[in-house]
Amino acid sequence: MDKGKAVMGSGRRWAVDFTDNSTLPSSRDIPDPPGFSRASQEQDDSAVAKQKKDAEANWKAQKAWEVAQAPFKNLLMMGFMMWMAGNTVHLFSIGITFSALWQPIGALQGVGKVFEPYKDSKVDLLVPKLVFIALNLGGLALGIWKLNTLGLLPTHASDWVSSLPPAKEVEYSRGGFPLL
Amino acid sequence: MGKYLITLSSEGSILRAWNLPDGQMWWESFLQGPSDSKSFLFVPTSSKADEDNTILVFGKGSLHAVSSIHGDIVWKVDFPDESFEVQEVIQHHDSNIIYVVGFVGSSQFDVYQINAKNGELLKHDSAAFDGGFSGEVSLVSKAKLVVLDAARSTLLTISFQKGEISFQKTYISDLVKGFSGMAMILPSKLTGLFAVKTITATTFISMSSEGQLEVVDKINHATVISDALSFSEDRQAFALVQHGDSDIHLNVKQNHDWSSDLLKERIKLNQQRGFVHRVFMNNYVRTDKSHGFRALIVMEDHSLLLLQQGEIVWSREDGLASVIGVTTSELPVEKEGVSVAKVEQNLFEHMLKVKGALMLASAEDLAAIKGMGLRSSEKSKMTRDHNGFRKLLIVLTKSGKLFALHTGDGRIVWSLLLNSLRQSEACENPTGINVYPWQVPHHHAMDENPSVLVVGRCKPSSDALGIFSFVDTYTGKELKSFGLDHSIAQVIQLPFTDSTEQHLHLLIDTSGQAHLYPRTPEAVAIFQLEFSNIYWYSVEADNGVIKGHGLKSNCDGEVANNYCFGSREVWSIVFPLETEKIITAITRKSNEVVHTQAKVVADQDVMYKYISKNLLFVATVSPKASGDIGSATPEESHLVVYVVDTVTGRILHRMNHHGSQGPVHAVFSENWIVYHHFSLRAHRYEMTVIEIYDQSRADNKDVWKIVLGKHNLTSPMSSYSRPGVTTKSQSYYFTQSVKAISVTSTAKGITSKHLLIGTIGDQVLAMDKRFFDPRRSLNPTQSEKEEGILPLTDSLPIIPQSYVTHALKVEGLRGIVTVPAKLESATLVFTHGVDLFFTRLAPSRTYDSLTEDFSYALLLITIVALLVAIFVTWVLSEKKDLSDKWR
Repeated sequence: MDKGKAVMGSGRRWAVDFTDNSTLPSSRDIPDPPGFSRASQEQDDSAVAKQKKDAEANWKAQKAWEVAQAPFKNLLMMGFMMWMAGNTVHLFSIGITFSALWQPIGALQGVGKVFEPYKDSKVDLLVPKLVFIALNLGGLALGIWKLNTLGLLPTHASDWVSSLPPAKEVEYSRGGFPLL
Repeated sequence: MGKYLITLSSEGSILRAWNLPDGQMWWESFLQGPSDSKSFLFVPTSSKADEDNTILVFGKGSLHAVSSIHGDIVWKVDFPDESFEVQEVIQHHDSNIIYVVGFVGSSQFDVYQINAKNGELLKHDSAAFDGGFSGEVSLVSKAKLVVLDAARSTLLTISFQKGEISFQKTYISDLVKGFSGMAMILPSKLTGLFAVKTITATTFISMSSEGQLEVVDKINHATVISDALSFSEDRQAFALVQHGDSDIHLNVKQNHDWSSDLLKERIKLNQQRGFVHRVFMNNYVRTDKSHGFRALIVMEDHSLLLLQQGEIVWSREDGLASVIGVTTSELPVEKEGVSVAKVEQNLFEHMLKVKGALMLASAEDLAAIKGMGLRSSEKSKMTRDHNGFRKLLIVLTKSGKLFALHTGDGRIVWSLLLNSLRQSEACENPTGINVYPWQVPHHHAMDENPSVLVVGRCKPSSDALGIFSFVDTYTGKELKSFGLDHSIAQVIQLPFTDSTEQHLHLLIDTSGQAHLYPRTPEAVAIFQLEFSNIYWYSVEADNGVIKGHGLKSNCDGEVANNYCFGSREVWSIVFPLETEKIITAITRKSNEVVHTQAKVVADQDVMYKYISKNLLFVATVSPKASGDIGSATPEESHLVVYVVDTVTGRILHRMNHHGSQGPVHAVFSENWIVYHHFSLRAHRYEMTVIEIYDQSRADNKDVWKIVLGKHNLTSPMSSYSRPGVTTKSQSYYFTQSVKAISVTSTAKGITSKHLLIGTIGDQVLAMDKRFFDPRRSLNPTQSEKEEGILPLTDSLPIIPQSYVTHALKVEGLRGIVTVPAKLESATLVFTHGVDLFFTRLAPSRTYDSLTEDFSYALLLITIVALLVAIFVTWVLSEKKDLSDKWR
């Protein structure tokens, strides 16, 4: 995930540099040489830019999809680790289960941030986002399921009634053999 | 007798000789006779150890002569008159004739002369006296007896040796001026002298050889005399103890010389011990060859004192061997105000302790630490501790003395001979019944002292008037005491306290009326609120009836006041006397705390315990089987147990053990009962457990309903709603016979329970309740195993390590009392018998505190090391960051 982000950031900076420094200032200060037709040049330029932008959008969409699908790998790995950890409550299984719960929750909290680099008017981020959320929710469900198999979820009546004190009695009766 | 000690036991049927140096039994002989009677042992005084002497024993209605060498019965005489009661056996040094004197009925005096060699009955004289006799006999000389007549106003001198019996009457009023009422002959064995006790004084009367009576002395104080002790050739002495104002006077006098004292001592008693009850004498030869005497005196509070040379050499509180009531009291709260010097001292001590813990201490420091530990041993402090291990055990003894014992080291913090439980004009023979906590301050624990209530009665009969006494448990002072105007048949502690945190008590008298204490309007107001919900029941073993009673708003009798309430019978259970006899009835401890009503069983299922304090466990046996084991055949003995609701009289459970018999020892806790009985069919003891579950709550199994609070689990429970119950039961063999059973109790009732079984060997065995689980089966499933159910075995294992008394014996064990500590995992166990034993148990181990040998030093070092590591790595990472930025 991080790797993709870094690549995208530098690519974008490079594109901005290119447009800013070479085309615009030169058109202002220095007159066009004779026989140079600006119109065709501009047309050509815009076509190239458009092409470039399309490619970028495509690339962004592709990357967004990649990011969205990243939790799936995670999910598989988690599942394998959970299977390895077994169903008894000990330090290892609890650690894995809680990390399996924590990772999706963290990811869901940072949904906006993860997809920020791919924000583009032309790119539809909704579907990748939904996929990302769904996969993470799947991970969360897996964690909860694991928690349940460990018996740590209060899903039985016994988990709720053991804290209830005994009912009060209305009557009070004492006695016994006469004292001697 | 020489180097043997002769004992007569079992109502005069077993005679044993013991070797004095090593305590081995030398011989034993069984005496048989036609009838039960008073038993009597006569060992000739002149006997030398190596000679064959005969010991005369009167027991089972006949006189036996037993050889002192091998215990064979030489001869045996049956007296013709069955009701003949031997008073004295007299044998002269040289003669072969034994005189046996005694009474037949209340007015006939008989003398038998018996040949000492072969037991031949030589002569029988008898004479009747119109006035009758009153029992006590003082043998004054070899041929003369002094007896009181039935009216206890005339002294009779009986001389019998010359072949005929003659009576000589002397009126006491002739001897003692101003005599009225009754007299008593003090039991003594002095020649030529006897003591008569009247209400006002003790009179010593000597008798000359002609039978002339003469008053020697008259002592107005309470007086006790010892038996005569011969200390040299034909010189005999006896001790006389009389009470002064705050001290006692010990006089040792020679038999024939009243005016002079061999010894005259005055001993200061610094403690309140009451009157002297008995005195025993012993002599020794001083270095200057003169005779010294020491005396062992038994006081009114059953303590023993050895007096020698005007001092108390040692004393023993032997009253503690007869504990009749136990309660506990908290110790004072530690006061906050501490001086600077004390703080410095504390800091210094702490430093030393830390040094010791870190193993940095020098040898001197170590010695200082040890000394400190001994001086202010944490466990014997007189203040409350955080875990609630330090308490006062308030113990009432049979003699009417109250002791406060410290649980830390068992020392007596204070003791008090209760004046209200001593003989007085109003109360002739008062006895204590029990001791109850009266006021337990929680809100004002700093400035109010807790107190206990001692309940007694004037006479040992049940219709005697009651006595109340309140004692402050910190100071050991009697706050107040008063006699009650009614008898006491039951003392019921009510679960209410008034604004001063005094517990409300309801006393039931023999006519079934209830009296409320404390007698304040406030107590009545509190009581009236719950009036209609208070019931009491009585178990009448003789009639085979259990009756339940409700209360009426006013008394029927002549004592109508606001604090007296009548009773109405609500229910009764009548057991047919021909087939069932009540032997045991027990209920739950009223102060037991139960944490939860649910029992989680295998696969997360829930069973609801039927937890009610109003349950009574009753055991009955067939009348034939109520005797000893072996007195009935398996066919004619059966044991029936009942669980009765004491509000409605409803029988919740009934079970019949065919071929079983008592005695039944039982314990009732939470929703289960464990009882111990004997199975005649299996020839073994059995223990049976009954668990009671609530059926009416069993369908509370929907999680959502419980989460949302739509359940009836916390709604108040009434016995009148006739809750459905189910019971489960299981029996196991148990190899030991049992004296008492109790169960551990903890502050919140979370900790698992152990049964404490007082065995016949006077030890206390702790057994996990899991052994007594009716859900045990031969092959428990995996989930049942996970739940902790043990596989079923036919007998209960006795694990030697689980004896809480270890190798010690609590001689004559009678009761086991458990008290919760503040720490949930711990319970305090006090066992009383002739010995007292106290220990602290943790049935589920100490899961809520670190063990005493936990290494705090290691923990401290680890924490410090981690902190240092964090700091160092932080500094290093900062440095690295900086150098990275410079690059």
